[in-house]
Order: sequence, then C-alpha cells, then structure tokens
Amino acid sequence: MATAVRPVRIVVAKVGLDGHDRGVKVVARALRDAGYEVIYTGLRQTPEMVVDAALQEDAQVIGLSIHSGAHMTLFPAVVEELKRRKATDIIVFGGGIIPDDDITALKKSGVEEIFTPGTPLQEIVDWLRKRFPESATK
Amino acid sequence: MKVRARDAKQAWQEEFESSPVREDGIETSTISGIPLEPLYTSADLPRRAEEYPGQFPYTRGIHPSGYRGRLWTMRQFSGFATAEETNRRYKYLLANGQTGLSVAFDMPTLMGQDSDAPTSRGEVGHCGVAIDSLADMETLFAGIPLGDITTSMTINSPAAILLCMYIAVAEEQGVPASKLGGTLQNDILKEFIAQKEFIFPPAPSMRLVVDSIEYCAKEVPKWNTISISGYHIREAGSTAAQELAFTLADGMAYVDACLERGMHIDDFASRLSFFFDAHIDFFEEIAKFRAARRIWARWMRERYGAQQERSWKLRFHTQTAGVSLTAQQPELNIARTAVEALAAVLGGTQSLHTNAMDEVLALPTDKAARLALRTQQLLAYETGVASTIDPLGGSYFVEALTDEMERQAEAYFKRIEEIGGVIPAIEVGFFQKEIADAAFRYQQELEQKRRIVIGVNDFTVEDEEAIEILRIDPRLESQQAERISEVRRKRDQAKCSNALNRLRKAAAGTDNLMPYILDAVRAYATEGEIMHTMVEVFGTYTETAVV
Repeated sequence: MATAVRPVRIVVAKVGLDGHDRGVKVVARALRDAGYEVIYTGLRQTPEMVVDAALQEDAQVIGLSIHSGAHMTLFPAVVEELKRRKATDIIVFGGGIIPDDDITALKKSGVEEIFTPGTPLQEIVDWLRKRFPESATK
Repeated sequence: MKVRARDAKQAWQEEFESSPVREDGIETSTISGIPLEPLYTSADLPRRAEEYPGQFPYTRGIHPSGYRGRLWTMRQFSGFATAEETNRRYKYLLANGQTGLSVAFDMPTLMGQDSDAPTSRGEVGHCGVAIDSLADMETLFAGIPLGDITTSMTINSPAAILLCMYIAVAEEQGVPASKLGGTLQNDILKEFIAQKEFIFPPAPSMRLVVDSIEYCAKEVPKWNTISISGYHIREAGSTAAQELAFTLADGMAYVDACLERGMHIDDFASRLSFFFDAHIDFFEEIAKFRAARRIWARWMRERYGAQQERSWKLRFHTQTAGVSLTAQQPELNIARTAVEALAAVLGGTQSLHTNAMDEVLALPTDKAARLALRTQQLLAYETGVASTIDPLGGSYFVEALTDEMERQAEAYFKRIEEIGGVIPAIEVGFFQKEIADAAFRYQQELEQKRRIVIGVNDFTVEDEEAIEILRIDPRLESQQAERISEVRRKRDQAKCSNALNRLRKAAAGTDNLMPYILDAVRAYATEGEIMHTMVEVFGTYTETAVV
C-alpha cells in the first residue's frame, strides 16, 4: 500500500489596496487545474491576514499578487510575518508588475520566486513541481 | 449585371477554396472569439436607410462635422508621487501641446484613506498622486487656471470628495463652479464588476453617485458627472462585446437611479459620458465604438423617452489597452499603442489617452509620456485620418461587425434583466464570472499559441536591454504623513468637526450630501476623515471571491 502523500496546498492572495484580480484568478485556476489545492483569500489582505490564512489552511505555499507598486513593502512584510510566527517552512512566491531590479532585492528578502507579466502558466506549475517533487497533486 | 456579379462571387469562392491556407494554428476569430469570414461583400451589408454623422442613431458619429470641426482632446492620464511633482508634470504636458488634464490618484486616495493610515504603507504616491486634503489639491493645480482647461479625475468611491476639492480650489482661483468643465469617473458599478475599488455597499454607493449627478445638474452644469467605464471591465479580461454590454447596462442602471430620484431624463442624460478600451483587435474595436453610439441612442430615445437630441448622444473617452502591452521588448508597445489609438480615432472618440511604452513596468518617465502624446499628434496631423468622417462607414466588414456587436450586447441585456438588473447580477457574481472565464480562455489560447503576443510567446529575444523607469522616492510616505499633520494642526478644529458631524447626520437622512461634503472639504477635513464619517453610517462592502 502506498503511503498517502499530502497534496500541496497553496494560499493565493491579493495584498495591498489594488483590486486588479485578473492575474491572481487566472493563476489560481491554472494551479487548481494542475492538481494543487488552492485557497484564494480575496482582495485587500494585510501580510498578517495572509499568514493567518496560510496557517489556518495548513498551506505549504503562499502566492502573492500585486499591481500597485507596493511590492517592495508588502512582499517582504509577509516573509517577516512568517518569521515572527515561526512558520518559515511556508514558501512565498509572487507576481505582478515588478521591475527586474526589484526582483533581485525581493529574492534577497526571502521571496523564493517572482513571475512577471507574460509568464506562461506552465512555468509556474513547473516551478512548483520542481519545488515539491515528493508531493502528490489531487 | 447582377448575374455577372454573382458569377464573380462564385468564381472567387471556388478559387479561395482551392487555394492553400496557412496552417500555423493561429485563430482567425477576433481576439474576443467572434468568428470571421475571409471576405465580406455587399451581401453582408445590413438593409437600413443610409446613416449620417450627427443624426440619430449616431453610428457614424455624434458631430455632423466629425474631426473637421474639432479634433479629439488629447488627454494623458497622469499623476505620481506628491501634488508638487505631479503639478510639474502637468505643466510639462501642457507645454508640449496636451489639451486637457487627467488626474491619476494613488491607491490610498482611490480607497478613501489618508497617507498616514496603516494600510497605506508602501502604496503612497506609487500608482498616482497622493491627495489627502484640500491643501494637496491646491498644490496640484497651482498656476493652472481651472477656468481655461478641462480636467478628468479618475476616482470612484470617494469621487464626491475629490470633486468638492476641485470646486473649492476653483473658488479660491475665483472661478465659479458654473464655469468648470471636466469629468469625474464616479462609476461605482464597474468597481463592483471589475476593478474592485469599492468601499460602501451598492445602495449608499449609488446614492452618492446620484447625489453628485443631481448637484452638478444645478451647480456645475458643464461637468460630466460620470464616466461610465468599460475600460476596467475589458482590462480585467472581458471580451469586446462584454465590455460594450456591461458598460451600457451600467449606464442604464444610473439612468434608472436618477429617474427614481425624481430627476427628468433630459436634465442629466447629456452629462453622462463613457470610457472605453481600445484593444489590439483593430476592426472589432471600431465596430464596438460604432455599436455603442447606436445602442445608447436607441435606448435613450425609445426606452427612456428622452426628447432632446443631446440626451441621445453617447460621448466617450478612450484609453489604449494597458493589458496589451508587454514587459518584453517594450519598445514594441509604441507600435501597439499607435494601432489601438488609430482604432479609437476611426471609432470617433471624443478624447484619448495613449499609454506610454514603459507603463507595463512602472509609471511613465517624462520621455515615454511625451512619446505617447506625440503618437496622438502624429495621427491627428500627419496621417490624414481626421479629414474624413467615419471613413470606415459602409465597409462591408465593419458594418457587419458593428451589427454583430449590437446583437451580442442586446443578448447580454436580456440575461442581466433576467437576473433582476445590474446590482443583483453583481451580488450573484454574474459579471465577475463571465469576465474571469473570458480571461482564462484567452490565457489558454496564448499558452496553446493559438494567439500570438510578440515577444511573449513567439519572436522572443534572449537578452533584453533594460529600459529606464520612473522610481518613486520611498521617503515620500513620511513626507506626506507630515503634510497631513501640518494640515490638522493649522486648521480650525471646531469648524472641521462641526462639518463632519453635520455630514454624519445628513448621511443618516436623505439630503443630497454634496453641500455637506463641500463644507467639510473647505474646513480642511482630510479625505480619510470624510470617508470614515460616511463609513460609520453606510458600512463597508466585502465581495465573495469567485475564482
């Protein structure tokens, strides 16, 4: 009998004030279609709310979306909140309108991967597969 | 002769069918999925009386003289950082031949909160200018005579407050409200549908919209009280027909709300304006603009019984599609924007914003902003497209596509009516689901290379050269917070609190809130304080997220 492997659970969230949710919804659907368990928090989440949701949902991954230019403040704030709550096993990735220079800085701050406009959905799925090779999808 | 024409068509048909066709798997339907014929002929022309510009139903334009009479207004949407910096950008754009202003506010301003609110962190001045009180608005328009220019303000939930600030600045400049021209976006329905910058629940949100329309009809008669927007619906992923249908349905919902207030249709209809996207599928967009005018005219005259011609005319602003721009090989965005702008012009837009090539990365630099404006000037002055009115009128293809747009929009009106109207349809997530489905479908077409975006899923390059982008100084946030403290310190505190108390009381009743908001603004109450006062009475709205 095979050991039950836990499917990867991903909380996707819109942090900050902007309501542009086209990207986050498309990504959420694609991840769900790829077999991941996806929980979408909805709009205007603070870093604290996102981490709360991830802990409550027992998620291994947090995916963040932002289109207002506040990524340099809010993405690292989520990583910091995870540290504060001693939940650094949860990994964070993000997407949105993010210039190249900022990507380097964000990765340094602990965001594992950034996907910018034009990224094929498959690339995000491939990245997750590589990152969680052991886990099953639904 | 007739027999010979049929023979010619038949011959073409046979030759076409025996000719090789491209087998690259790329869709031949429009970007919205409308199937297209390889050729349109006189057989596709609708049977109707010949249409003329300036005449009902205005398919060919609302002005008898088209752009011969007056070119479209070149109105570049602009705002970033502080009021002071944005004021400098406005003067730069005006000096370069721009003919109207259009204010972009930052996220905290759009969401009705002050720069020093905890949830404003990281957002101040980033995607627009930070405006917290009348003091900032005075700086924003310093040295710009408000009696001589028109200004468009893209703001929705707190729209009434920003309009009052504009009126107050004009008063200080000695310009009476009756002389002010411009446009307030003030379109809350599309916020619930697409852009999601809502604060209050639908009912009080609609009350504020009607309050401002009613107030302006008397006090600011040259002001476009609302800009009913398809732009955000389209950018959120809708098809062209959805953009058209949902926007016009919103327009009718505002008309219904004003009638319910007891206003007469001809007292406000002519001040309603529209705002559409100009996407990359050239002919589909032109057809959309033409269909919009025809549908609106018919509904206004036949359903609402408007008597005055000006009530039938749909006037609109256009912005090229931000969503069509790419971060990859960004210089290509200049070409995309030019094509989209041309569609807007051939569709008969009243005003136009052309996106800058770097807007996919950040707010535009001075140079990119000027290039975008120059693109419009090129269309207006070099290409000759402004010389003939509705030059595509009578095109077999464009006329057939215009009719198809109209047909699809009417089908949506029926569905919305079956659900019970626009607000019930918002509450059950109808629009949101339709848009998300269309966005996902398009994304899949890209992944499967059934649609090509140059530089993204084909014709890519390995090493891209980075382009220069505009950076917002992170110190701005604390500077703006200090500015608010100063305003709070210097103002007459009692006067301010009294104004806010009167507003709270009025919000609980049925008075038009505009005069109360204007008093609070004049007393230097901050935007956040005014919004908070209304939230105490109205509450806030949370949407159920649909994926």
